[in-house]
Amino acid sequence: MIKKVFNFYYNGFRTMTWGRQLWTIIILKMFIMFVILKVFFFPDLLQRDFATDEERSNHVLEQLINP
Amino acid sequence: MLESIDTSLIDWSRAQFALTAMYHWLFVPLTLGLSFIVAFMETIYVKTGDEEWKRITKFWMKLFGINFAIGVSTGIILEFEFGTNWSNYSWFVGDIFGAPLAIEGIMAFFMESTFIAVMFFGWNKVSKRFHLTSTWLTAIGANLSAVWILVANAWMQDPVGTKFNPLKARNEMTSFWDVFLSETAVNKFMHTITSSFTLASIFVIGVSAWYLLKNRNVLFAKRSTVVAAVFGIIASVFTIFTGDTSARIIAREQPMKFAAIEGLYEGQTHAPLVAIGALKTDTTMIPNPRERFIFKFEIPSALSYMAFLTPNGFVAGVNDMVYGNEEQGILSYNERIERGAVAIETLKTLKLASDRGDEEAFAEAKAKFDDPQWLHDYYQYFGYGYYKDRPLSELIPNVKLNFYSFHIMVFMGLHFLILSFIALMGSLKNRWGDKKWLLWVAIITIPMPYIASQAGWIVAEVGRQPWVVYELMPTVAAVSKISPTAVQITFWIFLATFTALLVAELKILTTQIKKGPEEK
Repeated sequence: MIKKVFNFYYNGFRTMTWGRQLWTIIILKMFIMFVILKVFFFPDLLQRDFATDEERSNHVLEQLINP
Repeated sequence: MLESIDTSLIDWSRAQFALTAMYHWLFVPLTLGLSFIVAFMETIYVKTGDEEWKRITKFWMKLFGINFAIGVSTGIILEFEFGTNWSNYSWFVGDIFGAPLAIEGIMAFFMESTFIAVMFFGWNKVSKRFHLTSTWLTAIGANLSAVWILVANAWMQDPVGTKFNPLKARNEMTSFWDVFLSETAVNKFMHTITSSFTLASIFVIGVSAWYLLKNRNVLFAKRSTVVAAVFGIIASVFTIFTGDTSARIIAREQPMKFAAIEGLYEGQTHAPLVAIGALKTDTTMIPNPRERFIFKFEIPSALSYMAFLTPNGFVAGVNDMVYGNEEQGILSYNERIERGAVAIETLKTLKLASDRGDEEAFAEAKAKFDDPQWLHDYYQYFGYGYYKDRPLSELIPNVKLNFYSFHIMVFMGLHFLILSFIALMGSLKNRWGDKKWLLWVAIITIPMPYIASQAGWIVAEVGRQPWVVYELMPTVAAVSKISPTAVQITFWIFLATFTALLVAELKILTTQIKKGPEEK
């Protein structure tokens, strides 16, 4: 069963003609998004700067109550 | 806090979010609509066994695949931005956003990745009926995955089914069904998907018109036009119907947005609808905002009727919202600001009491957040509290942008219905394609639903400003204090990346369209 599913996808991708150009674009796009942008430009600030949910709550509360 | 935030940070963060959301939305609606059109075409093929329908199905499926592949995951960028640029907002909305987006991710991955593979790789490998089922499930799956993000957006417009936890600074869901089935959510979903169906129909009619103009693949083009025109008419009628319902919901839930989309400053009963108009540039908007029209053609009482289904309905204007209208029971913005400031002060008292272990003060403040009357009188104006000692103009959305976006959307929507109707009538009489100028109109119309769809989102999002979560959290309180330069850099990276993706899509699409369907 697993082999059949694997062969289905494998042969599908292998016989693609117009799809290869698309796959190049998709892989390049994913690389830019997940390797460059996410890693270097888009940290999750609350996850990065605080260890616990309590600390995150306190930080946001401070932001909200000191307008 | 607000004074310490560089306004350029807010503007760049907003611009970046708008840019990524708008580019993302260039890809999504065609996927939503074309998936169903392809499913209808394949159904006809399976029913009739006519190989020409298989050829038609495979061609449009190929265009669907290109659009899907290039557009896929562009929405994830928005989630990156939530965590970096809008961290206060991300925390504040809590599981209201987390749960729907998680469901969307899982659902989209399993449904789409499985059935799309069968759609593209399964021809001649699985039975006709199994293949058709996969095509339908891809269409249903794609549209269902849109449900969740639209539910989350609807909650930002109309935050129901939740309770604010003042100890965690988070909104917690009290009723999934209130969030999921709120009038705003249901209507937003219906309006968004039917407008996407319209967009895809116009795309198919327009591309088919090009073949007819070139006198190539004539049978293919005519049959494609019939399917798209029928789907387009039904979708357009539903789009108009759900748009009309939206107007009533907005008039009730977001009267400032409703006033802005019509450029209405003084509220009235028997309010006329501005069918066509042009607003003057006015630099004296505040403190007494009075933008005037250069010209306008009005339909008497139509706005009151649209909002309340009666000409006697009072439609509040911008001034009624800002300065209040006692007779109509509308609180002034100054009063709302005072009440919001009380809510913020109470939250502050609670936090300080908690920090110093003052149990009595803590219990007193906490009790207020559990009191429905206090929540109604004060907490519902929480966001206004951030505008104490700030100009009232900051609480008014961009009237011109809303007015023009709304009217562009409505006029184009009517055009799509008329064009689909003419294409269907012409096709049924076997005369669609006789008049070249009509084919040119169909081709020129292809980009219009994209403009109309973007305009609709501008009304939804810019019309809600300054709120991120309506009346509870303004944009200025939602933004993270990060370097504006970092936001600017990523803004330009996104602009370059998305533009490259769009150019790539257009190039691949036009190449495939020029090639046409497979030879018989």
